[in-house]
Amino acid sequence: MIAAAAPSPLPAALKEAAVAAVVALALAIPMVGFYTVDEGGSLVAKTRFDWVAIAVAAVFAGRLALALWPPAWRLKPRREPAHVAVDGRFTLMKFFGAAAVTVAVVLPFLPFTDRYIIDVATTVLIYVMLGWGLNIVVGLAGLLDLGYVAFYAVGAYSFALLARNFGLNFWECLPLAGIFAALFGVLLGFPVLRLRGDYLAIVTLGFGEMIRIVLVNWQSFTGGPNGLTSIPRPSFFGLPFTRTPEAGETAFHEFFGLEFSSYHRLAFLYFVILVLALITNAFTLRIRRLPVGRAWEALREDEIACRALGINPTNTKLTAFAIGAMFGGFAGSFFAARQGFISPESFTFIESALILAVVVLGGMGSQIGIVFAAILLVVLPEIAREFAELRMVLFGAAMIGIMVWRPHGLLSRRDPSILLPLPKATGAS
Amino acid sequence: MEYFLQQAINGLTLGAIYGLVAIGYTMVYGIIGMINFAHGEIYMIGAFIAVIGFTILSMLGISSVPFAILIVLIVAILFTSVYGWAVERIAYRPLRGSFRLAPLISAIGMSIFLQNYVQVLQGARVKPIQPIVTGGLTLMSSSHFTVSLSYIQILIILTTVVLMVGFSLLITRTALGRAQRACEQDLTMASLVGINVDRTISLTFVIGAGLAAVAGVMVTLYYGVIDFYIGFQAGIKAFAAAVLGGIGSLPGAMLGGLLIGLVEAFWSAYFTIEYKDLATFSILILVLIFRPTGLLGRPEVEKV
Amino acid sequence: MNPVLLEIEHLTMRFGGLVAVDDLSFEAREGEITAIIGPNGAGKTTVFNCLTGFYKPTVGRLTLHHPSGPLLLEQMEGFRIAARAGVARTFQNIRLFPRMTLLENLIVAQHNFLMKASGFTVGALFGLPRYRHAEQEAVDRARHWLERTGLVMRANAEAGSLPYGDQRRLEIARAMCTQPVLLCLDEPAAGLNPRESAELNRLLAGIRETEKIGVLLIEHDMSVVMGISDHIVVLDYGKRISAGTPDSVRKDPAVIRAYLGEPESDAVA
Repeated sequence: MIAAAAPSPLPAALKEAAVAAVVALALAIPMVGFYTVDEGGSLVAKTRFDWVAIAVAAVFAGRLALALWPPAWRLKPRREPAHVAVDGRFTLMKFFGAAAVTVAVVLPFLPFTDRYIIDVATTVLIYVMLGWGLNIVVGLAGLLDLGYVAFYAVGAYSFALLARNFGLNFWECLPLAGIFAALFGVLLGFPVLRLRGDYLAIVTLGFGEMIRIVLVNWQSFTGGPNGLTSIPRPSFFGLPFTRTPEAGETAFHEFFGLEFSSYHRLAFLYFVILVLALITNAFTLRIRRLPVGRAWEALREDEIACRALGINPTNTKLTAFAIGAMFGGFAGSFFAARQGFISPESFTFIESALILAVVVLGGMGSQIGIVFAAILLVVLPEIAREFAELRMVLFGAAMIGIMVWRPHGLLSRRDPSILLPLPKATGAS
Repeated sequence: MEYFLQQAINGLTLGAIYGLVAIGYTMVYGIIGMINFAHGEIYMIGAFIAVIGFTILSMLGISSVPFAILIVLIVAILFTSVYGWAVERIAYRPLRGSFRLAPLISAIGMSIFLQNYVQVLQGARVKPIQPIVTGGLTLMSSSHFTVSLSYIQILIILTTVVLMVGFSLLITRTALGRAQRACEQDLTMASLVGINVDRTISLTFVIGAGLAAVAGVMVTLYYGVIDFYIGFQAGIKAFAAAVLGGIGSLPGAMLGGLLIGLVEAFWSAYFTIEYKDLATFSILILVLIFRPTGLLGRPEVEKV
Repeated sequence: MNPVLLEIEHLTMRFGGLVAVDDLSFEAREGEITAIIGPNGAGKTTVFNCLTGFYKPTVGRLTLHHPSGPLLLEQMEGFRIAARAGVARTFQNIRLFPRMTLLENLIVAQHNFLMKASGFTVGALFGLPRYRHAEQEAVDRARHWLERTGLVMRANAEAGSLPYGDQRRLEIARAMCTQPVLLCLDEPAAGLNPRESAELNRLLAGIRETEKIGVLLIEHDMSVVMGISDHIVVLDYGKRISAGTPDSVRKDPAVIRAYLGEPESDAVA
C-alpha cells in the first residue's frame, strides 16, 4: 500500500473528526435530541435521538473528509482583497455587464417569460437596487449600516401616505420619497457618523428598529401592524393598466390597441425598477470618479489620513449616508407601488441583514458582484421552495461560510477611478 | 410611591437579567474588540434548554423546586457553554486579524443561523411552562396598591449578586482572570509571554455563554413563556446596557443592565408600553453620542 | 533671514497626570527645514498632533503666519488646519490609502480644490468643463510629484503594494499635493536604508529649494537631520533643552547628556 510509504494522516484525522463529533453531540443533544410540543395546554418533551445520531455521524464524516481532503484540491480561502486591475481594461467584466443589461432588457419579451419569471426578476432588481444603494454607504464609504431598511421603509410609507392623503401619483411621489429618505439619513447620520465602525452599526440597527416600532404603534398615521392598503399603481405616462378605465381615461391596452393583459402591468413595473436600478448604477459609477466619491473610498481606507488632508469626515460620510438613503427611498416607494400594500412586517432587521448580505457577499464595492449576489439570494430560495423552512438557516450559514472563506466577498476587485497614461514600460532599452 | 417602588423592583429584576447577558458582550468586546452579535441567541438557547429541562423534570415527577432549578441551571450552563465555544471556534476564530467588518458580518450570520436553527428544531410557537416558583412577600400595602416582591424576583436578584461576586473574584484573583486581562491589553504581547490566547478567548466565550444561560433560565422562570425571537430583542438591550456602562467594563455592564431594566419598567409604567424599546434605543444613541466611553468606561485616546 | 511661519508659544499637553509637552516655545521659518529631535518619548509626535489638530493643547498658542493672515491653529478643527491653514503632515506609521492607486492617493489629497471646481459634485455630475480642467490640473500636479519622488512608473499600482521606502516618499508626495505652506514630516527616514535616506535628503532639500515652504521634521536619523536642517529644536521629557543650528546643537552638552545619559560630573563644561 502506498500509505505505508508516506506517514498516514489517518490517525490524526480520525482524532480531529472524533473531537468534532463529540462537540456535535453536545450541541445536538439539547436542541436536536429533545423538543417540546404543546399537548392539551401543557408542554410535553419528546425525543428524536435518531436525528442526533445522524447529525453526529454527518459531522464526523464531514470533518474526516475535510482532514483527508488532498491539500491540492482545497479551495484556498482568500483573506486578502484582490488587487486593483492596473490596466483598467476590464473586458470580461464589461462584457458581463453589457450582457446582463441586454438580457434584462429583452427578458419580458422572451417567449418563455411568464408572470412568475417577471415577478421574480422584479424582486431580484429591487434587491440589486437596494444593494447598489447600500453599497455607496458600506462598500464605498465603509460605514456599516445595519438599519438600511429604515430608509426603504421611509420611502415606501412616504409614497403610500402621499398618495393616499394628497392623491399624488407615483411619479410625483418618487422624488419626494427619495428626498424624505435622504433627510432621514441626514437626521440620523449627523449625530452618529462620528462614531467608530461597530458602534455605528449598532446605532443604525437601533434606528431601524425604532422606525419599525413607530410604524407598528402609530396607528392613526401608519395604519399600525395592519399597514396601508389600496396604494395606487403607477401608470404609463398617465395611461392606467386597468381593464376598464374610469370615464375620461384611456387604458394602456386601449391606447396601444392591444388585448388587455395583466402581464403589461408586471412588465411595466419590471422596466421601472430596471431603469431605477440602472440609474443607481450609473450614478455610482460616475460619482466614484468625482472628488466626493474618491473621498468616500479614502475615508474607508483611513479616516485619520483624510483629516490630515483637509477632508471633512463628517460631511463626507453624511453625503454617502444621505445618498445611500435616497436610493433606498426610491426603492421603497417602488416596492409600495408594486405591492399596493405595505406593513411594518416588510421592514424588519432581517431585511437589512439581507441587503447587507447582498453587498458583502457580492464583494464590497463591486457593482456586478452585487447583481450576482442578489440573483443568488432571491432565486435560490425560489428554486428550493421545499426547503423554505431551512432557507434562513442556510442563509446564515452561507454568510458565515463566505466570510470565513472570502472575507472580501465573491468579487472583490476594485477598478481604479482614474489612470495616469504612461508610456509602455521600456524593458528592452 | 408604592407604585414607584413596585416598578423599581420589577426594573431591577429585569435589569439583573440584562446585566448577566451584557457581561458576555462586554467581555468579548474587551478581549477581541468585536460585537458578538450572536450572544443574544446564546441566551435564547439557554432559555430553550431551560424549558426542555423543566418539562422533562416535571414529566419525571420531580417536585422539589430547588432541586429542579439547580439541575436545570447546571444542564443549561453546560450545554449553552458548548454553544458559546462552538460559535467562537466556527465563526470568529478563522477571521481573527481579518478586516474589521468581517467578524461582525460573520456574527450576524451566526445570529440568523442560530435563531432559525432553533425555530426549525423547536418550532415557531411560543413555549409556555407551568409556573415553578410561586408566591412572594408583600412589602407594603395601602388601600389601593400592594407592593410585592415575588420569590422569583428574589431568586433572580440573589443569583445575579452571587454570580457577580464570584465572577469578580474569578477575574481579579485567578490565573485565568489575569490571562484575560492581559489579552485585553494586548493579544500579541500576551501570547509572547506565554499566555494561550486561543484558550483564553475560548474560555471568555464559554463564561459569557454560561452567564447568558443563567439569564435564560431566569427569564424562563420569570415570564414562564419564551420563543425563538427573544434573543434578538434581549441581545440589543443587553448590548445597549454594555455600552451604557462602558463597554469593556464588567461593573459597567451590570450597572448598564440595571439602568436599562429600570428605564424599561418605568417607561412602561408611566408612559406607554408600546414605545418602551424606543426609550432603550434612544438612550443607547444618546450615550454613544455624548459619552461614547459609557458611564464607567475608560476614555480612549486616539492613536495617530 | 526668512520670515517666521510658525510660532509655538508655551505649548503644554497633558494626558491625565502625564505631561507629554511642557511649556514648549520655538518658531519655524519659511523656506527652512526645522528639525525636532529628542529621545523616544520626548513628546515630538505630540507636538505634531497638537499642530495638526489631532489633539487640543492643554495650554499654548500656535500661530501660523499664513499668506492670508495669521491663524491660531489651536482653535481650529483638525481637518480645517489642513484645508484652510495649509498644514500638511505625514505619519510615523505611514497612513496611505492602501487599496487606492498612487495617483488616486494624490488626487484625494487635492480634494478641497477639486470639490470646489466640481461645484460641490452637482456641477461635475452634469459634466461641467470647469471640473475637467481642474481634474487635469490635479493630475498634472500629481504627476509632477510622482516624478519628483521617482514613483511615476507605478502611478497606477496600489499604494499598499509599494515597498516601504516608496510608501514613505508617496506620503510626502501626497502631503505636497495639498499645496501646503507648512509640511510636517514625522520620521520620514524611519526604516529606510542608507541609499533611500540619501534620496530623501535630496527630495527634502529640493522641496525647500523650489517650494519655499516651511518644513518641520521629526527624525532620529542624524545623517538626515544634520545634513539638511537649518535649525534644530531638541526635546527631552517634553521640554526644550536646546535649539540652534546643527553645529551648535551637536556641541550642546545638554543634548549630549539627554542622548548619552549623565556623564561624569567634570565632563559638564
